[in-house]
Amino acid sequence: MSAATERMAPPQGIRAVGLRKSYGEKVVLDGIDLHVQAGTIFALLGPNGAGKTTTVQILSTLIAADAGEATVAGHSLERSADAVRARIGVTGQFAAVDGLLTAEENMLLMADLHHLDRAEGKRRTAELLRQFELADVAGKMASTFSGGMRRKLDLAMTLVGNPSLIFLDEPTTGLDPRSRRTMWHLIQQLTAQGVTIFLTTQYLEEADRLADRIAVLDQGRIVAEGTADELKRRIPGGHIRLQFSDVLSLDAASRRLELDEGARDEEKLTLQIPSDGSIPALRAVLDLLEGAGVSADALTVHTPDLDDVFLALTGDGSRHHATTVPGPADTAQEARR
Amino acid sequence: MSTTYAMRDSMTMLRRNLKHARRYPSMTISIVAMPVLMLLLFVYVFGGALGAGIELPGGGSGGRGDYTNFVAPGILLMAATAGAVSTAVSVCTDMTEGIINRFRTMSISRSSVLTGHVVGNVIQTMISLALVIGVALLVGFRPNATVVEWLAALGILALLAFGLSWLSAAIGLGSSSVEAASNAPMPLTFLPFLGSAIVPPESMPVGLRWFAEYQPFTPMTDTLRGLLMGTEIGDSAWLALGWGVVLSVLGFLWARSAFHREAKI
Repeated sequence: MSAATERMAPPQGIRAVGLRKSYGEKVVLDGIDLHVQAGTIFALLGPNGAGKTTTVQILSTLIAADAGEATVAGHSLERSADAVRARIGVTGQFAAVDGLLTAEENMLLMADLHHLDRAEGKRRTAELLRQFELADVAGKMASTFSGGMRRKLDLAMTLVGNPSLIFLDEPTTGLDPRSRRTMWHLIQQLTAQGVTIFLTTQYLEEADRLADRIAVLDQGRIVAEGTADELKRRIPGGHIRLQFSDVLSLDAASRRLELDEGARDEEKLTLQIPSDGSIPALRAVLDLLEGAGVSADALTVHTPDLDDVFLALTGDGSRHHATTVPGPADTAQEARR
Repeated sequence: MSTTYAMRDSMTMLRRNLKHARRYPSMTISIVAMPVLMLLLFVYVFGGALGAGIELPGGGSGGRGDYTNFVAPGILLMAATAGAVSTAVSVCTDMTEGIINRFRTMSISRSSVLTGHVVGNVIQTMISLALVIGVALLVGFRPNATVVEWLAALGILALLAFGLSWLSAAIGLGSSSVEAASNAPMPLTFLPFLGSAIVPPESMPVGLRWFAEYQPFTPMTDTLRGLLMGTEIGDSAWLALGWGVVLSVLGFLWARSAFHREAKI
């Protein structure tokens, strides 16, 4: 992914300082700073209502921030919004396609609005429809498309103008797993062409899979920023889980490993041992058990994933509406909606 | 340069809206159906009684035929109004579709979106007016206008449609739902009734009569009637033109400011 960064002449990415936005009493963005390097994928990760869409709306010239400054694709949002618009593409959460036009007409509409001449518009349309595997349905009305197809058409329309920076606001929300994978693939192809991508998502897997850098947004603030690995390293959560067949072995093991009560689960007959999951650490645990003459039925190693990071960073006790933090179950529900 | 782009973008948007109109003819049909039903109602149900009971400005014997000639220009005005206010629905539908946010983040002439809607709607309205005129001729409307007078009449109707389209574009932008957008401009379609479209205002009670004499539809009706039937126009023509320009300017400014207002979350 980062190979593209070196290859392309850098169109500038995004630099934002102190962005604020409130609607009446409600503070949506409470002063956020962002730095997105050109040619990379940046993911803004956060639960519903964290302010992700507002951030995209501000950076894509749709609404004005109450305070703060930003340059997007090398131009100031405030002073030359139109120059920004000429360089960006936006694919929003709700597919922005014209349902009463066919896929091809939608594409040609974009070509016209980008002032491409007729032949060039046709050529670009045909090329993109083929690339997005929509050539077969080019003559069908967009309103008859499935969610995945609409989203693909949406992205294809965004690409007609050859943007150097693309905003993708929750590009896979509501898509089935297969369409999601297709979108991921398409997004990855874009960075290979040197396009900068600013992505918002509530799916940890998506950020982990696609993004070079991730910022976690919660209640209008950036609570963490870094690569997926950096974020994972920031929080403890890695452990070894041992499964026993009876309480006696559980007790013996627990004594030998000098674990406190919190590590035991008597109902499930499991022990949870904090560990980085490395081989020496595993061997040490197994050696201790063997020395005590206790044998475990099963052993699983759990390394921290972004779920842990996300929950640790956004799901603390001070939050009243902790239910809005999407766990894996929520995520699955979202996808079905 | 930016003017050429504004023109070009507006043409692109106009083509888009005309395509919509072709694919969704139900809107055009309902725009034509309402005035046609009104025309039939007033000619065949009320026409005999109204023709005999009212002193019509054109003189005449006061039968159904004379009343048809009296009421038809009013019905045309109603048709223009009904057509124009449907802009609110098409604009509001667009706003809820998400594609509008795409347009807003593109480097295009900002007003072209609305211009496309308004001009498209005026064209659609003129087409439905042609149909209504056709029906009126079938039921006995016998205008004595010259070609120039016809053109002037169509010009007045187009100006009214243009002004009201801008006005209803603004209403559509301010509406929270398509239903609201469809209902909000309804009162406008009733204004011709409270003017000189159906009966002369002289026959109304004082308060209503005062309103009827000063509201914009009355000079427009009178001008139209004068052009098509040869009744006296007087200063109605200037008033009609004035109102048309005022409506257009107000509607345009209102719509533009509504469009530039921040997107809601």
